[in-house]
Amino acid sequence: MSNSLNSLSRAMALGFVRDKTALFFTILFPLMFLVLFGGIFKDQTAPRSEVVQIGQVSLLDRIPPAERSQLDQVLQLEKTDDRAAALEKVRKGDADAAVEEVGQTIVLHYAAADQVKSGTVRGLFDSLVQYGNLAAAGVTKPAYSLETQQVEDESLKTIQYVTPGLLGWAIATGAMFGAALTLVTWRQKKVLRRLRLAPVSTATIAGARVGVSIAIALVQMAIFIGVALIPYFGLRLSAYWWMAIPLVGAGTLAFLAIGLLAGSFAKTAEAASAIANLIVLPMAFLSGAFFPLQGAPGWLQTISKALPLRHLVDGMQAVMVRGEGPASVLPQIGILLAFAVVVSVIAVSLFRWDDA
Amino acid sequence: MPSTIVVKDVRKLYGETRAVDGVSFEVSEGEFLGILGPNGAGKTTTLEIIEGLRQADEGEVRVLGESPWPRNPNLLPRIGVQLQASSFFERLTAREQIRTWASLYGIAPKKADEMLDVVGLGDKANTPTEKLSGGQAQRLSIACALAHGPDLVFLDEPTSGLDPQARRNLWDLLRDINAEGRTVVLTTHYMDEAEILCDRVAIMDLGKILELGTPAALVRGLDAPTHVSVESGAIPEAEARRLFSDADVSDDGVSLTIATRAPAAVLSTLAERNALRGLSVRGATLEDVFLNLTGREYRDEQ
Ligand SMILES: Nc1ncnc2c1ncn2[C@@H]1O[C@H](COP(=O)(O)OP(=O)(O)O)[C@@H](O)[C@H]1O
Ligand SMILES: [Mg+2]
Repeated sequence: MSNSLNSLSRAMALGFVRDKTALFFTILFPLMFLVLFGGIFKDQTAPRSEVVQIGQVSLLDRIPPAERSQLDQVLQLEKTDDRAAALEKVRKGDADAAVEEVGQTIVLHYAAADQVKSGTVRGLFDSLVQYGNLAAAGVTKPAYSLETQQVEDESLKTIQYVTPGLLGWAIATGAMFGAALTLVTWRQKKVLRRLRLAPVSTATIAGARVGVSIAIALVQMAIFIGVALIPYFGLRLSAYWWMAIPLVGAGTLAFLAIGLLAGSFAKTAEAASAIANLIVLPMAFLSGAFFPLQGAPGWLQTISKALPLRHLVDGMQAVMVRGEGPASVLPQIGILLAFAVVVSVIAVSLFRWDDA
Repeated sequence: MPSTIVVKDVRKLYGETRAVDGVSFEVSEGEFLGILGPNGAGKTTTLEIIEGLRQADEGEVRVLGESPWPRNPNLLPRIGVQLQASSFFERLTAREQIRTWASLYGIAPKKADEMLDVVGLGDKANTPTEKLSGGQAQRLSIACALAHGPDLVFLDEPTSGLDPQARRNLWDLLRDINAEGRTVVLTTHYMDEAEILCDRVAIMDLGKILELGTPAALVRGLDAPTHVSVESGAIPEAEARRLFSDADVSDDGVSLTIATRAPAAVLSTLAERNALRGLSVRGATLEDVFLNLTGREYRDEQ
């Protein structure tokens, strides 16, 4: 029996790695999106203003070390004595502004080309000047203070967001297509009928498919995380990221079941692909696999709660990038497994060995 | 000795089509049985009911003393099946293909590789199955059916679509299988194949077995004329009609054919007149048996 399981798994795995189309759509295609999203929106959050300081500027030089590190998060300061070179830098867009002290006046030179950046710098120096005035007036404890903080856990940096999302989509696609196409092509090519006459149990056949699909999903996971961890993309995994492994297993089972169901209806491989695509693509959008659902209307959020991909993506985000504990994803794993069981029962009841 | 296969009054309807319409026969151990008939005769349906792939509407089937339906795990290791359409896993080489199928029967890779040599595909071991020719694919399919050394082998039109040379090679292989003591049941729509290979032939048409017997007995039992042909013009057609008044004379411009029940007399008459140019004599064949049974010419749809 284990002999049969091994050889069937091997036959399936070889059939998969030799299928260029399947390889492209389960691995390369989602990876292209990761590279695209991760690359394009790399610098989206927390842009620091780059300012060149010309000579002495007492306002800046007198800031105590504690506040200084606060300031460093939003302002990158470079000091120089060459006024002309500093202004040239600003003109060319290499720096956002240049600052100098002329008598009692702080002069800020900026280029109007990038309105957003120059606005930020102006706002920043406005408050710095006010702060300095208060300090000069002897108010060491101002009534109000502003603390800038990146809201990391609410709106994730792009790569942090797209890695679990796109990985979820890739796993859903791989498992669904794997199951649907195996079922349909094996039925079409009479492999199922021939297997029916061989001393091999249906549990062994199903077991081989489950094993191969989970292996493929783990390879997808390794490749995705591997690429996203490259410093250029800069993914930062949180402590319990490995809880994504059981999540991926449960998710694979759920999508295998959906694939089996699609394969029970479809007569041809083309029809099976079409059905699988019609299910997985809308589901990916509605599950927040591509972009956040925070702004989406309530009814859409409700629908998305009914989709297995939503739970897979939520769970993976929680443990891979939001730093939540291992137990936090147990509900998601439970939902995915329950989904897999219910859909499998339906798919098995619709199972046919051959077309007629 | 109990029969290896017993089929009793089996029927199978597909809507209005009587695919199998009251078929009964037995196959004894070590026998080579052919089911012969034109396309749509019901050969595949009959075979698949015996194999346990389809359920009969009526009737009884026993294979090696057991019922093949529903899926009977006792029978599966003892039978070897080649389906009408070849059933291969996608994107595997010939060697990987037979090793996979063999392993489902607990057969070691080495034994599977040997089987590849037996069917003459040793040099194609690394060829993807999709790239094999029709004959090679058929042979691989048969090898996959035989790797586990089954007692009973079912082959559904194993030589259809092959060129004459490939068919002959396959015939040798099938004879060897049978000579090893295995019971073989084969379907075919080639008369010559049934006549040459099979111990007994069941002639099937429209879901019924019309006649069952050894090829020789079927032909002998037939009161069919012998066809004596000579080159056109060797003897004028009118004279031939006059000389052989109780025979059927026809001339298609190439050869003149005399269909007679007294071939010896016809031949001596022709010899006397020195009219034997291009002589050929053809006795009755299974084709005539079919014509006689159905009133229809047997034509290969292939
Ligand atoms: N699955 C099926 N559904 C409907 N009709 C079928 C089916 N299989 C076979 N038939 C019909 O049953 C008859 C016998 O078919 P088959 O057993 O395949 O004949 P053969 O193998 O002799 O060519 C044909 O008329 C065929 O069209
Ligand atoms: Mg047939």
